[in-house]
Amino acid sequence: MHRTFAALSDPTRCAILEMLADGEKTVMDIAVPFAMSQPAISRHLKVLEDAALITRRIDGAKRPCALSPAGLEQLEQWATKLRKSMARNYDRLDAVLAAMPPVEKDTP
Amino acid sequence: MTALKIDLVGDGAAIVTRHFAASPEQVFRAHVEAEYIRQWMGGMEGWDMTHCESDARAGGVLRYGWAGPDGMSFEITGEYEVVKPYSEIRHVERMHVPEATPDNRCHTTFEAKEGGTLLTVRMQLPDEESLKAMLDTGMEQGMEDSYGRIDGLFS
Repeated sequence: MHRTFAALSDPTRCAILEMLADGEKTVMDIAVPFAMSQPAISRHLKVLEDAALITRRIDGAKRPCALSPAGLEQLEQWATKLRKSMARNYDRLDAVLAAMPPVEKDTP
Repeated sequence: MTALKIDLVGDGAAIVTRHFAASPEQVFRAHVEAEYIRQWMGGMEGWDMTHCESDARAGGVLRYGWAGPDGMSFEITGEYEVVKPYSEIRHVERMHVPEATPDNRCHTTFEAKEGGTLLTVRMQLPDEESLKAMLDTGMEQGMEDSYGRIDGLFS
């Protein structure tokens, strides 16, 4: 998941994933809204591909990109785990507070 | 009423609220004293807190670290700007995943309410994209709904 975090920590890559949510796209399609060269976009795609967040197939000279269901499934599972752990944090804090000795009366 | 609530308010800001059945003094101390922080600020399952430093005064440094499976590690570092017992904290923090994420400016307030404390954390990222990236990365202190974002991304 470390690669996944790194892949998601970049706003351009997040935006690319959002675009791909609409369906498969070529590098050229993806580059359109970004003030970025195609090689720069390709580097971002490589990071996403290495993180298994997208897949690329060969279509003649093109290599269209699509969201990877397996990668996203993994991310969703992670997200569910994370959501639980976050909720647990504050639940744990409830318990910590319940056990905390009363505060000294030096309140300003 | 303890439910966690997260509002994305635009321009890279998010507001998190949670009610606790304890005094503002107690909730405040649980947020700044390492002894308490390490008891509740956990990571994900299988992750253990390895260090927890909190020098809660203007200019003081905070540093929390976790170790996960397969030798993975995760750290949050930051600086306190305003520490006003027992009502308000302003600090800046960033996650290291391991690359540092953009600075997250947090304004935390503790208000006596309904016999307990209403905790409000306003997080300000440099822009909307950074906020989204941070929420997608998750692991903010007790932040719930990174997920709305992730769901939105992939639905």
